[in-house]
Amino acid sequence: MNTPVPPAIRIKGIEKSYKDLHVLKGVDLDVARGSIYALLGSNGAGKTTLVRILATLLKADGGTATVNGFDVAADPARVRESISLTGQFAAVDEILTGHENLVMIARLRQVKEPKRIADGLLERFGLADAGRRRVATYSGGMRRRLDIAMSLIGEPPVIFLDEPTTGLDPEARIEVWNVVQDLADGGTTVLLTTQYLDEAEKLADRIAILHQGTIIVDGTLAELRTLLPSATVEYVERQPTLEEVFLAIVGDKSPANGKEETR
Amino acid sequence: MSAHTFSDANVMLGRSMRHVFRSLDTILTVTITPIAMMLLFTYVLGGAIDAGTDNYVNYLMPGILLISIASGIAYTAYRLYSDLQSGIFERFHSMPIARSSVLWGHVLTSLVSNMISVAVIVVVSLVMGFRTSAGVGAWLAVTGILVLFTLALSWLAVIAGLAATSPDGASAFSYPLIFLPFISSAFVPTDTMPAPVEWFAENQPVTSIVNSIRALFAEQPVGNDIWIALAWLVGILIVAYIFAMVTYHKKIA
Repeated sequence: MNTPVPPAIRIKGIEKSYKDLHVLKGVDLDVARGSIYALLGSNGAGKTTLVRILATLLKADGGTATVNGFDVAADPARVRESISLTGQFAAVDEILTGHENLVMIARLRQVKEPKRIADGLLERFGLADAGRRRVATYSGGMRRRLDIAMSLIGEPPVIFLDEPTTGLDPEARIEVWNVVQDLADGGTTVLLTTQYLDEAEKLADRIAILHQGTIIVDGTLAELRTLLPSATVEYVERQPTLEEVFLAIVGDKSPANGKEETR
Repeated sequence: MSAHTFSDANVMLGRSMRHVFRSLDTILTVTITPIAMMLLFTYVLGGAIDAGTDNYVNYLMPGILLISIASGIAYTAYRLYSDLQSGIFERFHSMPIARSSVLWGHVLTSLVSNMISVAVIVVVSLVMGFRTSAGVGAWLAVTGILVLFTLALSWLAVIAGLAATSPDGASAFSYPLIFLPFISSAFVPTDTMPAPVEWFAENQPVTSIVNSIRALFAEQPVGNDIWIALAWLVGILIVAYIFAMVTYHKKIA
């Protein structure tokens, strides 16, 4: 816990209102470098508002936030160099092909050899065969993978994933989880928002719950568990979950095998 | 301002030019419709119109070019509106790029695609009998007027695209602009109109623009028309740009 490295994201007393609606009422949060931090909350809890403030798309009414050491209000340009945002509704260009989308982002990020980068990412995300097709023909899972691939260009140290698996089928969710895990293993800091508790449980090093405008608890999964009365031992016959049945019947769930899927 | 404004705007231009070329609807509306209108006015209605000229295609051409540009900028507003809706606008704004390049990309696309339509229409009009002995200087002057007209209307389109709440709303603002050439000297001489209509036609921007282009092609003196036209164009451009910036900053605040 006594790490000398400053946190990748430091949020202090952030407040935000939309007219009469007080969405964020003083949010405090530190996200350590290279960790996956899940921000849990119900719909309308203010998760997206917080992410938009951190991504310099929205100005906070009060409080401060730094990302990669840069203040979001005072130094937004440096913050934008440090981050990538993957939105709730996959922000990809439907009229362009997957390859063209990636090349476009690479050019905007002034990355060398944009075409080679694009080809590499298509390969890595199981989209090589679909790379020359327009994104309008992609399935939801393929779009989301392309969306995340676009966020990786330029290797930003901090990535915001706003509800990355909302609307995805179980296989596509697992593909996204694998990608997120790979990212964190490579040293990227990931702040993800989700309303799926299993997603937070599966992925996150630490979890914070945003409720009625403030963080009401945060900690590791083990720490959160201690908040409840200690576990009692019961013997129950365990039935497979529907998800396990679905995945067993449908078969392999690695991303590379998902590339033939179309909507 | 980032040092990358130019290269960022260039990437944005490449992106939305692809949108233009992949939309059959856009190409049909901005090129085929004005050509059809030119055919209609020349070969169907033209015989009955006395414009005091023996070459009606020469008379008609400037107005057709303005109608083509006015219908083209409706798509500029629509493309910007779609970007805002899809979330790609926010993706660009969270990236380390010159933010102004997002709007300039749309304005430059409008300029390039409208100039392509204009070139196509000029070629077709030559086939239909448009003739001019205008020299390089006059052609450059005509091009300059059309560029200014396109830029002024494109920034109007940016306001519409940013402020719209529906795709129809984004493009509806262009209808009056498409209609303006009909109440001007573009198709018939204004002195054939009833007095109040004539007054309107003489004092709205399209008449002075059309008269200037026509005079330049005919190698006639442009007189006062060119100054009135330039005053309108520069005035609209400045006002539209300022309001576009105000709308933009409200939008991203």
